[in-house]
Amino acid sequence: MRINCPHCGERDYKEFRYAGDAVKTRPALGDADLRAWHDYVFLFDNPKGAHREYWQHVLGCRQWFVLERDTATNVPGRTFRPRERGSR
Amino acid sequence: MRDRYSALALARHAMTGAAWPRAWRSAEPKSTYDVVIIGGGGHGLATAYYLASRHGITNVAVLERNHIGSGNVGRNTTLVRSNYLLDGNTQFFEYSLKLWEGLSHELNYNVMLSQRGQVVLGHSPAQMDVLARKGNIMRLNGIDAELLDRGDVQRLLPYLDYSTQSRFPIHGGVLQRRAGTVRHDAVAWGYARAASALGVDIIENCEVTGFRREGDRVTGVATSRGPIAAGRTAISVAGHSSQVAALAGLRLPVESHLLQAFVSEPIKPFVNHVISFGAELFYISQSDKGGLVFGAHIDGFNSYTQRGQFQQVQTAAECAVALIPSISRLRLLRHWGGIQDMTPDGSPFICRTPLANLYFNGGWCYQGFKATPAAGWCLAHTVANDDEHPLVRHLGLDRFERGNGHDEYALGLWTYRQ
Amino acid sequence: MRAGSRRLASGGQIDRKRPLRFSLDGREYAGYAGDTLASALLANGARVVGRSFKYHRPRGFLSAGVEEPNGLFTLGGGGRTTPNVPGTVTELVEGLTARTQNGWPSVNFDLMSVLSLAAPLLGAGFYYKTFMGPRRGSWEFYEPFIRRAAGLGRATHERDSDRYETRYAHTDVLVIGGGPAGVCAALAAGATGARVLLVEQDFLLGGGLLLEREAGARRWLEDARAALARLPNLEVLTRATALGLYDGNTVALLERHDHEQPDPRRGAARETITTVHARAIVFATGAAERPLVFTDNDRPGVMLAAAVRGYLNRHAVLLGRQAVVATSNDSAWETAFDLAFAGASVTVLDECLDISAELLERARVARVRVIPGARVQRALGGKWVRGVKFATQRDPARRLECDLLCVSGGWSPAVHLSSHGGIRPVYRQDIDAFVPGGFAPGHFGAGAMTGALIHVEALASGQGAGLAAAGHVGHVPDRPPPRVPVTPVLNRPARPTPAPVVDAPGKAFVDFQNDVTVKDVRQAHQEGFEAVEHLKRYTTLGMGTDQGKTSNVNALRLMAALRGIETSAAGTTTFRPPFTPVSIGALAGRNVGHHFRPVRRSPLHEWHVDHGAVMIEAGPWLRAWYYRWAGATPETAYIEEMRLVRGGVGLSDVSSLGKIDVQGPDAAEFLNRVYVNDYARLAVGKARYGVMLNDDATVLDDGTTARFAETRYFLTTTTAQAAEVMSRLEFLLQTAWTDLNVQVVSLTDQWAGMSIAGPKARAALRLAFPELDLSDEALPHMGCREIEVEGVPLRLSRLSFSGELAFELYVPADYGAALWEHLLASAAPLGIRPYGLEALASLRIEKGHVAGLELDHRNTLDDLGLGKMARTSKPFIGRELRERPELRAAGRWSLVGLECLEPAARLRGGAILFAAADRIEGHGRGYVTSVTWSTELNRFIALALYQGGLVHVGEEIICAYPLKGEQVRARIVSPMFIDADGERLRV
Repeated sequence: MRINCPHCGERDYKEFRYAGDAVKTRPALGDADLRAWHDYVFLFDNPKGAHREYWQHVLGCRQWFVLERDTATNVPGRTFRPRERGSR
Repeated sequence: MRDRYSALALARHAMTGAAWPRAWRSAEPKSTYDVVIIGGGGHGLATAYYLASRHGITNVAVLERNHIGSGNVGRNTTLVRSNYLLDGNTQFFEYSLKLWEGLSHELNYNVMLSQRGQVVLGHSPAQMDVLARKGNIMRLNGIDAELLDRGDVQRLLPYLDYSTQSRFPIHGGVLQRRAGTVRHDAVAWGYARAASALGVDIIENCEVTGFRREGDRVTGVATSRGPIAAGRTAISVAGHSSQVAALAGLRLPVESHLLQAFVSEPIKPFVNHVISFGAELFYISQSDKGGLVFGAHIDGFNSYTQRGQFQQVQTAAECAVALIPSISRLRLLRHWGGIQDMTPDGSPFICRTPLANLYFNGGWCYQGFKATPAAGWCLAHTVANDDEHPLVRHLGLDRFERGNGHDEYALGLWTYRQ
Repeated sequence: MRAGSRRLASGGQIDRKRPLRFSLDGREYAGYAGDTLASALLANGARVVGRSFKYHRPRGFLSAGVEEPNGLFTLGGGGRTTPNVPGTVTELVEGLTARTQNGWPSVNFDLMSVLSLAAPLLGAGFYYKTFMGPRRGSWEFYEPFIRRAAGLGRATHERDSDRYETRYAHTDVLVIGGGPAGVCAALAAGATGARVLLVEQDFLLGGGLLLEREAGARRWLEDARAALARLPNLEVLTRATALGLYDGNTVALLERHDHEQPDPRRGAARETITTVHARAIVFATGAAERPLVFTDNDRPGVMLAAAVRGYLNRHAVLLGRQAVVATSNDSAWETAFDLAFAGASVTVLDECLDISAELLERARVARVRVIPGARVQRALGGKWVRGVKFATQRDPARRLECDLLCVSGGWSPAVHLSSHGGIRPVYRQDIDAFVPGGFAPGHFGAGAMTGALIHVEALASGQGAGLAAAGHVGHVPDRPPPRVPVTPVLNRPARPTPAPVVDAPGKAFVDFQNDVTVKDVRQAHQEGFEAVEHLKRYTTLGMGTDQGKTSNVNALRLMAALRGIETSAAGTTTFRPPFTPVSIGALAGRNVGHHFRPVRRSPLHEWHVDHGAVMIEAGPWLRAWYYRWAGATPETAYIEEMRLVRGGVGLSDVSSLGKIDVQGPDAAEFLNRVYVNDYARLAVGKARYGVMLNDDATVLDDGTTARFAETRYFLTTTTAQAAEVMSRLEFLLQTAWTDLNVQVVSLTDQWAGMSIAGPKARAALRLAFPELDLSDEALPHMGCREIEVEGVPLRLSRLSFSGELAFELYVPADYGAALWEHLLASAAPLGIRPYGLEALASLRIEKGHVAGLELDHRNTLDDLGLGKMARTSKPFIGRELRERPELRAAGRWSLVGLECLEPAARLRGGAILFAAADRIEGHGRGYVTSVTWSTELNRFIALALYQGGLVHVGEEIICAYPLKGEQVRARIVSPMFIDADGERLRV
């Protein structure tokens, strides 16, 4: 698989680190809602199809970004910087 | 009814040329069943068999989207073992191994259990302590385990890398002699044949497309072959657990990941044990047909493609050569991928769900195959009694809310993806 | 094996000026450059060259290519022994040594062939039905016999003495297959200016054209090779097999370098794996001929028609003088004509009645006898074919003598690679073959693999695909493409052909290598193994080294006929890489032996090695385990090193600790969120021990962090978690807390670190840096300073891991050795010596510091006795999920110390703990994590996790270690074995 790093361009996926679902909302720091934290940490939509996920270009610019990828085909789509419009 | 399999029956068929009957009936779906099991893999078929044989529930359908055994039961590296550390896991997997030991007779189907022994290697003093802890736990639970020092390993497996070239020298290992391999496809076929003979309907090419519900109670399923009413419904579709659970509105602590498996060309006996590398996740054995069968780590990101990345093929080959330098000359014949449920703590689920009459079995990570008989046994019990089997009380979906994760491999929450 | 030479006096594409010697089973033979092992053996009269997997039937070569199921050899010897290599793809080189396989005592006379007599018992899946008695576990009695009988070649356990390379290649257009279609595609794409890589598995370009007798074909190839050579933007690789298509237009390629001599020259690689990233791919992978299925169709001398033609025209080997060509399509007629031209007497048995006038006319001219509507029923003969029984409409039982039976059951396009991406092939009724079910964007097909089985079609489709591929990557030709030259035309190389008969008696083989017969397929059908995957797995069809290249389609057609459905409805198996088997060594490339994984070395590594350190692997690092000055074995040396630190002063290398520079206006707030404890109120010039949690409240890592300025911290992590912590900090800053103005940079490799420890540490440091004020007031416990020594920045902290007065010093990596030597030299009068990892780990146990074995991702802050560190008034990662009930429950396993109560015994890591009254079984109440001999207490001590933890202090417990049959008594104590009040740290 090849991943298009928004900063460095297309690279082999082995240069990157995967960190899962980027659509889930991380509860705000100090948010005392145990349920919210539980769902964020432990539950996954795990869709077969379009997925937005965090990757870090570990062996490159070390930037985290959001990749759109089809989990049924592994075909990667657009990438977003975190918090960029459309990254969720 | 079915012919009993035996050497005598083989001879009779050879002499008379008489045809063998179908191994399992090809059933048409009925409109209603006492129990519907979604998923005709090893676990689903085992569940059906134990429901029929141990709980007297024979009005059972196994619904399979494709053909039976088309998922991970036919894609794994065929290992069975019970070297588990954590309270609960140890007993569950030992129970499974005990069921394996009687399975060919139980099913009248030779699943070719070969207890050739598994050696897990340690490559540092600290790793040896971790292995020793597991070995001690096994012994304290009546499970065979032997601690090997470097010399013992070298005598047992003289072809590993003991040279000064070795990047991660072997310090020793733990041997479980009762561990070994099983002919994986035969497990699905054997359970199917035995369950079918007891009246279970095995319905292939039947995809579940939805659940029928009355409030918080599941009353049946919608399928590609029409609606089917069910007293109780069990999901046993590891790899696709999230998809099927989502049809019932459930979100799971599961991500689907791709694990590759590899087989070499057939050669005369070369590796007579199951060997687990300790420096990285890698394990190898040799099939009765002569192929070296090996596996490594998941590819590292969620995927349903059932085909892996080439870099992971190279990684597995590197591990193979690091462990057995002479394997370099042998040739990889085929590699393939299976989709496995990964869970935050590396342990599975066999439990009731928030919906009444709906049961879940999944989240097997790397260990689904070796669990097959016990998973079927415990899921059958859980469905029949609407209460978890004592062996799987620790494997509920709510364990993360309670803070009761079962991190068998101490991989932690984030790093399991790496 | 020999029956005289079959080599023709002239012709072929072999170099008769370059004779080559080789050996088979110890006997010498001769061949020519341009031969394969198979062609050379056949030229020498070879008949039986192998034995089948199950029945040990005598087998000869079936094919001339990668699809070969029978003619497998073990090449080379010693550590270079390579089993299961098809002779048909082994390029002949001087001195090649080969051995036959799977026959005992020889393939010509194989005692195991008695298995054939038991064949009725050994039908599909027979082993599932027997070997179960008389007892549970009886299978293991039979298994060793079965294992020894199974397998093909015998492998060696000697180390492979060859080396392998891996590399990457990037190209605009990758063309896979150097037949006419591939060559045309490459030329067309190359002419647009696109970068083109053309790969061919054979050692010659040409594909199907290499089989042709016509001089026109050879001229076309020569012109094409010249045209390829003229394009500077085009690279051609022969002996290069495309193994698989992977995500992202990645194609794995195996290049073989064994064409000059059997073994590589010194230093050269035997094979190279190239990972190709192509922007567009043209699949021109050709097609493979299928055999016909009839009784005893595996007799040596029954061969694929195109292979016979190839041996004749390419290698000048005439395989029979009285040939029968049995076919279901037109392509095999060319074999008949060429054999006749070479002087053989030839009869064509065509399954069709309706044969084109043109073929009949050519047959008449070539004096080839034609029997239309003839279907072969059985091959006659034992170790070589002697005749053929066949049926026509009028006469159901005819026979012909022959010494060669060429068969052709149609063509199977090589759809393997294009299907690896997940697009399933589809069945085309008009040619009875599977063709690609479509192509992903950027993928194009050309030639026979698309079903274009006629050369002229192949050429045109190649050119079209080449242009389309170039166009896909933005290259368009600036002039119209050259006209495609025309080569000899075949009329109907493929046509609808009858399915194999479902009731062939005796052994009619579908899969040759795995001995799967029509009867086996029939039995699988009866037993309900109808799905393709069930058929394959139940009968082992297509599971051999040839991966069913000649058998899959015949088997599918048989099963479809048995089920009474169209072949198109019967499905296909999934095509899995690699296309042909690939050395595991090639896949591993250079990452073998000591280079299996990169080694991380401290900047002081050379010093350690030069000064008697014994190094040990610690994850990716090599660290000094112990020094020989202290003893010859780790068991004795670390104790001396401990004594050194407890009684005087020692120096240890801590460079592998993760070091992270944290800077920015919000650095304090950031660390406050990451660590459970308070960093905002840490004074400048002070350091603090901190713990960070995972989101789920298990402990992630610990370490000390120093505040060197209001907005600047120097954070250290454990060696094991350095990369993880860094990545985590970046994640938080870049995705979750983008409001914080903080930068983090890893300095792990940039700074060397060392710890000087012991009661004489301050005195030692004073000797090294007499000008520094090192008084307790100037640099108190947990104090830190940035100084400069002779222009070199030095970070100095008064921190202790050992429990003694200690200082950590960090300097830029290049100055590490200088500082280290300076410290040792200056403090020599105090007896300073280096101490290693084992002592470092033991000293911390005495002090009760947790490390790797306690920080195993399972334990919470409270489990490790660190709960009081958490400042819950401020938010930090893990604070909320830490409150989950099971994590707060009483009786969790938590950190305690253990003192061994038996002077003659020792404690061991991994021992399981029981209360004195417990039965010694089950999972116990805890376990020993870390053990050391205590030089202070003169006994073994340990850290452990124990149910309920410190409430049990003073109790006597049992440490069970059943693996060694040991039960040792120990007492639960505080984990802080020495200096609980920390007096030694405040001097």
